Amino acid sequence: MTETLAIAALLAMLAVVAVAIARMRNLFGVVVLSGAYSFLMATVLTAFDAADVAMTEAAVGAGISTVLLLGALHLAGSLEAKPASRPWAPLVLAGFTGMLVVYGTYGLPAFSDPQSPIHRHVAPRYLEEGLKETGVPNIVTAVLASYRGYDTLGETTVVFTAGIGVIALLRRRRKGGGAKP
Amino acid sequence: MKSDIILRVVAKILIPFALMFALYVQFHGDFGPGGGFQAGVIVAAAVVFYGVIFGLAAARRAVPEPLVESMVAAGVLVYAGVGVAGLLLGGNYLDYFVLDHDPVHGQHRGIFWVEVGVAITVSGVMLKIFYLFAGRGRGFEEDDGP
Amino acid sequence: MTLLGHFTYWATVFLMMTGLHVVISRGNLVKKLVGLGIFQTSVYLLYIGPGKLVGGTAPIVGPGIATYSNPLPHVLILTAIVVGVATLAVGLALVVRIREAYGTIEEDELLAADAEDD
Repeated sequence: MTETLAIAALLAMLAVVAVAIARMRNLFGVVVLSGAYSFLMATVLTAFDAADVAMTEAAVGAGISTVLLLGALHLAGSLEAKPASRPWAPLVLAGFTGMLVVYGTYGLPAFSDPQSPIHRHVAPRYLEEGLKETGVPNIVTAVLASYRGYDTLGETTVVFTAGIGVIALLRRRRKGGGAKP
Repeated sequence: MKSDIILRVVAKILIPFALMFALYVQFHGDFGPGGGFQAGVIVAAAVVFYGVIFGLAAARRAVPEPLVESMVAAGVLVYAGVGVAGLLLGGNYLDYFVLDHDPVHGQHRGIFWVEVGVAITVSGVMLKIFYLFAGRGRGFEEDDGP
Repeated sequence: MTLLGHFTYWATVFLMMTGLHVVISRGNLVKKLVGLGIFQTSVYLLYIGPGKLVGGTAPIVGPGIATYSNPLPHVLILTAIVVGVATLAVGLALVVRIREAYGTIEEDELLAADAEDD
């Protein structure tokens, strides 16, 4: 019961912070709030028993993302977003799409149902055989590095490519300016 | 921020612990939450912290640019190299069970080196991106290379 | 479905739509990227929610534990988080270059400047 209440309270706080990010115009405040949002998300993920994911979200979202956004704000210079003229089309569109997605979630299995399809195909095999076959108690690491090792190779290549992309965009060739096209 | 003594002292105390924690997360990722990604990000965050407090030039002296650039590529090479090692030792690409005398030990070795490769690339990329963002707005005269 | 299940999915959809609204209605490029980040994190919640078993623990095998939460969504979302920050970095680098080339990062001013050039 307390677990339910804790998860509900954290999700409500997440919703409040997200609305605050949407409405705030001072971009520095937006960046700080997005760091708080990442920490709250990491707590919610811990409540969902996703320990690895929570650690990654806290480190990446609240650490590296905040630093990158602050660096970009320092370089892009502008600190205030202009006031929007409140057109109603984006709100209506978002609301309509939201109702469609909520209708779709009724097709998802019931929350915390041990008989749902997600728990019946490959996951029990990984949980039972993982320790015997790989010798690693952390099943998430075993699946990430061994059973689905190709995906992790692709992901490492994506990170590498992003690094190269940022180097290509931001490298300085001459004193006082980037390479002009 | 170099002149603020509280920040300097706290940074000097915290950064070694942060790096040690990153190593712990990396190597203990088999038995608890953790692994390569988290460790790489924590290492990058510790060096970013050092750079923010003591200045970008001090950070570039401590972790030089050529080292960071080679880390970006070295991690992917290590990962792909584990796959090629599997090929050379008789299995398919990225087979771990041929890497040692015993399949389970081979899996251990493969997972260890794969996570090391991931950590090296992630920390190198995050740090290089920070260096690029932080070093841009001031008209640095040093070139980044050819 | 239990009340918590309903609430989790609705909260996830609300976060998703907030992120979508920020992306399509705000003109500032950095704010758009932050809104995209909100959208991405809500999708993580959408994946990990169904994997949770009330009364289970994190999927780290240990003695004396009967139920574990499903490890597969955790693996997928780990990859997604890191890829998300990589795309954020490239997006922010593009914003910095746009700012240097056009002098602004507001979308309507950028479109006006481009329309003049044609």
